[in-house]
Amino acid sequence: MKSKLEKLKGTCIGIAGCGGLGSNCAMALARAGVGTLVIADFDTVTLENLNRQYYFREQVGQKKVLALQENIKKVNPDIDVQVHDVHLGPDEVVHIFKNCQVIIEAFDLADMKLMIIETISERFPDKFIIAGSGLAGYGANNALRTRRLGNLFICGDETSEVSETLPPLAPRVGVVAALQANQALEIVMDDMAPTIGDDVWDE
Amino acid sequence: MNKGESMKINLNNKEVSMAGESFSVRELLNLMHFTFPMIVVKINSRLVKKEDYERVFIGDGDNVEAIHLISGG
Repeated sequence: MKSKLEKLKGTCIGIAGCGGLGSNCAMALARAGVGTLVIADFDTVTLENLNRQYYFREQVGQKKVLALQENIKKVNPDIDVQVHDVHLGPDEVVHIFKNCQVIIEAFDLADMKLMIIETISERFPDKFIIAGSGLAGYGANNALRTRRLGNLFICGDETSEVSETLPPLAPRVGVVAALQANQALEIVMDDMAPTIGDDVWDE
Repeated sequence: MNKGESMKINLNNKEVSMAGESFSVRELLNLMHFTFPMIVVKINSRLVKKEDYERVFIGDGDNVEAIHLISGG
C-alpha cells in the first residue's frame, strides 16, 4: 500500500472546473497525496456557492482557482498546484491538460461536459477522463454510481438535472466528487491501462 | 430502410432487436427515447461526435453505448 500511495506523489491530475464537483474532488485528491493538481476555472466565489463548494465566507469575491489553491495548500503546502484562470474551450483543454494522466470533468453545463469528452477522446485517446452526470437534489444514495466506457468514466445518477426545484446540494455533489476522486486513485494506484483504439469515429 | 430486414444490436449491455438494416445515430437515439440534448455515444468503443450523428450508421451486431450528460456540477 505504501508504494501505491507513493505513486500518487508523481501523478498529475487535471480538474476542469472548480465548482461543486471540482473543488471537492481537488480537496479529496490533495488529502490522498496527489503530487500535482492542474486546476482551471474562470469564475469567482459567491455566497450561493457555499452550500456545496469547498470555499469559505471570507473567500467570496475571490477567483475560484486562487481560493482553491489556498485551501489545498492549507492541507498540504508541498502539492504543486497549477492554476489557470481561463474559460476552457477545446484549445485550452489541450494546452492546459497535456501533461495530466487523468482529467476530471467538473463543469456545470452539459454542453461543456460533451466538449471536453470529445476533445480529450480525439486529441488524447490514451488519457483517462472522469465525468460527472446527474447529482441534483437529495436522497437516492444507491442511484449514484460509476460506469466505464473505455477510457471514459461517468459518475452520477445520469438523470437528475439541476433546476429551481432540484438544486445541487452538498451531500450528493460531494458523493459524486468523491466517486470521481476515488476512480482517479484506482486508475493511478492500480496502473490501469488505457484501452487502445478507443478514439473518435472518423470515416 | 427495408421492412423485411431486421438487426440486433447491443445497447448499453442489452440486446435490442430492430426492424430495419441500419440506423443513423440520430435515428437510434430518437427511437430509444434519449431525451436530454447532450449524450455520450460510443459505437464499438469509438466515440461519435455530436456533429456526426446524422452521418454515422449503426448496423447489425454493433455494440452501442449511450449515456446522458446532465447539467450540474
